[in-house]
Amino acid sequence: MSFEQIIFYIFSAILVAAAVGVITVRNPVHAALFLVMCFITTSALWLLLEAEFLAITLVLVYVGAVMVLFLFVVMMLDINIAKMREGFTGYLPLGALVAGGTIAVMWYVANNDYFNLTNMPPPERLAADASNTRMLGEQLYTTYVYPFEIAAVILLLAIVAAITLTLRHRTGTRYQKIDQQVRVKRDERVRMVKMESEERK
Amino acid sequence: MLVELIQSFFAGLGWPWGLPEWMQVGLVILAKIVVILVPLMVCVAYLTYAERKVIGFMQVRIGPNRVGFFGKQMWGLGQPIADAVKLMFKEIILPAGADKLLFLIAPVIAMAPALAAWAVIPFGSEMVLADVDASLLYVLAITSIGVYGIIIAGWASNSKYPFISAMRSAAQIVSYEIAMGFALVGVLMAAGSINLGDIVAAQQGGFWQWFWLPLLPLFVIYFISGVAETNRAPFDVAEGESEIVAGFHVEYSGMPFAVFFLAEYANMILISVLASLLFLGGWLSPLEGLLPESVFEITLLGSLLGPGLHWLVVKTLIFLFFYLWFRATFPRYRYDQIMRLGWKVFIPLTIVWILVVGVMIITGTPPWFDVA
Amino acid sequence: MNFDMPNFLPAMPEMFVLGMTSLILIIDLFLNERTRVVSYLLAQATLVGAFILSLSLYSGNAELSFSDTFVLDPMAGVLKMAVYATVFMVFLYSHSYLRERGLFRGEFFVLALFGVLGMMVLISAHSFLTIYLGLELMSLALYAMVAMQRDSRTASEAAMKYFILGAMASAMLLYGMSMLYGVTGTLELTELSRAVQQTQGDRLLLVFGLVFLLVGVAFKLGAVPFHMWVPDVYHGAPTAVTLFISTAPKLAGFAMLMRLMVDGLPGLQPQWHDILVLLAVLSIGVGNVVAIAQTNIKRMLAYSGISHAGFLLLGVLSGTPEGYAAGMFYAIVYTIMGLGGFGMVILMSRAGFEAEQLEDYKGLNQRSPWFALMMLFIMFSMAGVPPFIGFWAKLAVLQAVVSANLMWLAAVAVIFSVIGAFFYLRVIKLMYFDQAREQGSLKPGADLAVVLSANAIGILALGAFPGALMALCLQAMGA
Repeated sequence: MSFEQIIFYIFSAILVAAAVGVITVRNPVHAALFLVMCFITTSALWLLLEAEFLAITLVLVYVGAVMVLFLFVVMMLDINIAKMREGFTGYLPLGALVAGGTIAVMWYVANNDYFNLTNMPPPERLAADASNTRMLGEQLYTTYVYPFEIAAVILLLAIVAAITLTLRHRTGTRYQKIDQQVRVKRDERVRMVKMESEERK
Repeated sequence: MLVELIQSFFAGLGWPWGLPEWMQVGLVILAKIVVILVPLMVCVAYLTYAERKVIGFMQVRIGPNRVGFFGKQMWGLGQPIADAVKLMFKEIILPAGADKLLFLIAPVIAMAPALAAWAVIPFGSEMVLADVDASLLYVLAITSIGVYGIIIAGWASNSKYPFISAMRSAAQIVSYEIAMGFALVGVLMAAGSINLGDIVAAQQGGFWQWFWLPLLPLFVIYFISGVAETNRAPFDVAEGESEIVAGFHVEYSGMPFAVFFLAEYANMILISVLASLLFLGGWLSPLEGLLPESVFEITLLGSLLGPGLHWLVVKTLIFLFFYLWFRATFPRYRYDQIMRLGWKVFIPLTIVWILVVGVMIITGTPPWFDVA
Repeated sequence: MNFDMPNFLPAMPEMFVLGMTSLILIIDLFLNERTRVVSYLLAQATLVGAFILSLSLYSGNAELSFSDTFVLDPMAGVLKMAVYATVFMVFLYSHSYLRERGLFRGEFFVLALFGVLGMMVLISAHSFLTIYLGLELMSLALYAMVAMQRDSRTASEAAMKYFILGAMASAMLLYGMSMLYGVTGTLELTELSRAVQQTQGDRLLLVFGLVFLLVGVAFKLGAVPFHMWVPDVYHGAPTAVTLFISTAPKLAGFAMLMRLMVDGLPGLQPQWHDILVLLAVLSIGVGNVVAIAQTNIKRMLAYSGISHAGFLLLGVLSGTPEGYAAGMFYAIVYTIMGLGGFGMVILMSRAGFEAEQLEDYKGLNQRSPWFALMMLFIMFSMAGVPPFIGFWAKLAVLQAVVSANLMWLAAVAVIFSVIGAFFYLRVIKLMYFDQAREQGSLKPGADLAVVLSANAIGILALGAFPGALMALCLQAMGA
């Protein structure tokens, strides 16, 4: 077993364990943290696949931003686990059926001849100085520029939609108007009063 | 330079003693890590000392001046060592309602990224532990993990002030990461690379060629966001000693507390080093365009005036001084003001300046972008 | 790096709509309650401008651009113009409705225009990537529009259901796409169809992928058994939004079906034919029968829409260009009728009263003979009574089915549409033969009255002269 394989198996084991942790632990905060662990180990696996740009972005976006906000929400919520588990046994047969079907399909797909090693040989190793980031960038901005721009529009739409659904203009709130504060002139705040000096009695 | 020195040292000892190859590689990497981290830890220790001294002088006090070495006072130089020893021997108190495992893991999570980020920091044109292609992104990604230390600490303490602090710092760090990321986008556009070494190399040519000038707004925003990212004054609402006592580390004592402390200062140094690499030309000499080439050929003086690690150190020290200066000068921001500054001022500004940078690159504005 | 500049010209309408939408987004910030009408006018101007652009780009041949991820063919041209016209009508209808309910905000128009952009991308898609992205762009806008009325419980519930089921459908679609990509190694549709034809051996995996794709498409079209969201969403959303989501997206859904099945997977025609037959029969059956049990007119129209989706599928499954043209004709006709139907609900309602119950239409003839007549036109057309346009649409798809030697299927469709005629005629009975619950004549705004009248008379007029529209559809499909 090569050194790379050892690393692969170590990270895979951690990943699987963490993924099981996500769905089995009772505490939602622990579950979210397990998910963070999943992301980090996944990114390590991607590094092994020479996809370093994607691996780093996974950590940056999912671990650094998405999961932080996720934890933020989960910590604030008071989730009643017992209530969530109500009716679990009632749905169990149906759930098991769906899960079984999904697994069967996945098993069939993954074991298909199309995806064996002769039809899908492992990709060539990249040269040591090949820049993954540059290759991705060139593809995105040439071949895939149209889908890429549409994806950007979807993100813009998501921002607009989120703000539309949450922004409320409350009347009567007294918030700070910084531009007015900055624009203030001395004359508006200070009044110089000339006073005659008085003699002490 | 340093690496070769170490290698030749080991070669003199009859290296590699017949070890398997991967173990040799591992040992060399381990040695490099030690060479980076030991000075870093010393710097952290003496940064705390510098902080107390600098702020002391600014406030016309003396600062620590009692603990020295060998029975002498020596301006209090022994203070950090004494502090470290004290913290090491203090009891670690576990609050009754705390989530014990997470409570103890939290400082480690805060510390690990602060150290791991140093792996890709170049100290000279060839002096870097791991010359990763996307090293700037790596730094950004790794440092973004650090916030988990604070959030987990706040939550695991099971106490209200730490929790408030965790919420504050989570929102603050995520918000400022956007502005910071955008500022870095400007840098990587200007340099045409996301490798820190290449970014420094792109600033070749003296003081006026460095990115601080064409990217001035991004430079300022980067450093201010950096201050906010490290939860330092005036953005230290996560600690907020006058409102929430000490924030996320209220319940911590002894070594776990010390680790949080170390992480904070290591992050400060990291942000300062990055600022010098990205905007002030890293190890490049500011005199390059100003003095004639022949000056740099002089044996000792030349290497002092020419590019080298010492310039990086000097530049980093300037930023660290700014950190301390801010703390001594500015009152703490209110929370909504922090959010306003991040979202409504910095993010739009950076976006506008990215556009300006793009225009400058396309039009080849001299003297920065005229060479393709 | 060598980079061929793509041909931007075919995508001019998309760029125009995007640019204008962003402009409206910014301009709207500087408007107040009184001047908000500017956003509305700009949105309408956007649609008109896009229409002109698409019209000027219309030609008989297909043009690929952006590394073959984008296609502008006659079908795309016609469907896009139909979308602009439909949304133009939607805005006209909803103007006063939104105003009365405090929903007259720039965001409504911006979101709707983003939705239009999504539909355009979907209609012009020539790769799995653009199909998926267009679909998401469109759906995301629709979800947000349904939820816009934040204080309404039913609207929030509808949005939630729509979003969760829609996300699941998207996931299914992606799963199917991933399987097909795995087998063929391409996302581009022409290459995909070639690769599918050349595939040797086990085709089961392709069929798996096809099934998942069809689940996604059927969900967007609201075909049984993936119709559960339709009544709830149509009912819960504000009527102006219902008007929007029940019309234009159907055109995009039809385009998506055509792109995936006809452009991408002609090699699997026998397989998707069978699945579409199943979906069509179920949709026509369930839609027509369950509609009878509804007391809420929005729910009734929702089930009616489900059965119409079934008819639309009938046209596609025949597998001939004439059949596709019939399906396209049906889709366009359905949007015209749907506009009229929900437009009538808007016209009847006023601030604080939604006119959602069938009871509310009792005795409409006494209150306003003219609008009762208009509603009569719309209902007759939906039921498929000659000489209205709905009849010709049904006739065209049935002809296509018969020519594909599926007599039994045509018979089933006819039987169920006769059953379905019951609930359309019930509305007419309520309007003409029952006593009005409230007195006082109906006084809608002038613009609304004109639009609805034009719409209903258009249904009659097109019914009298269906040839032109049919010829256009045939030309678009190259038949």
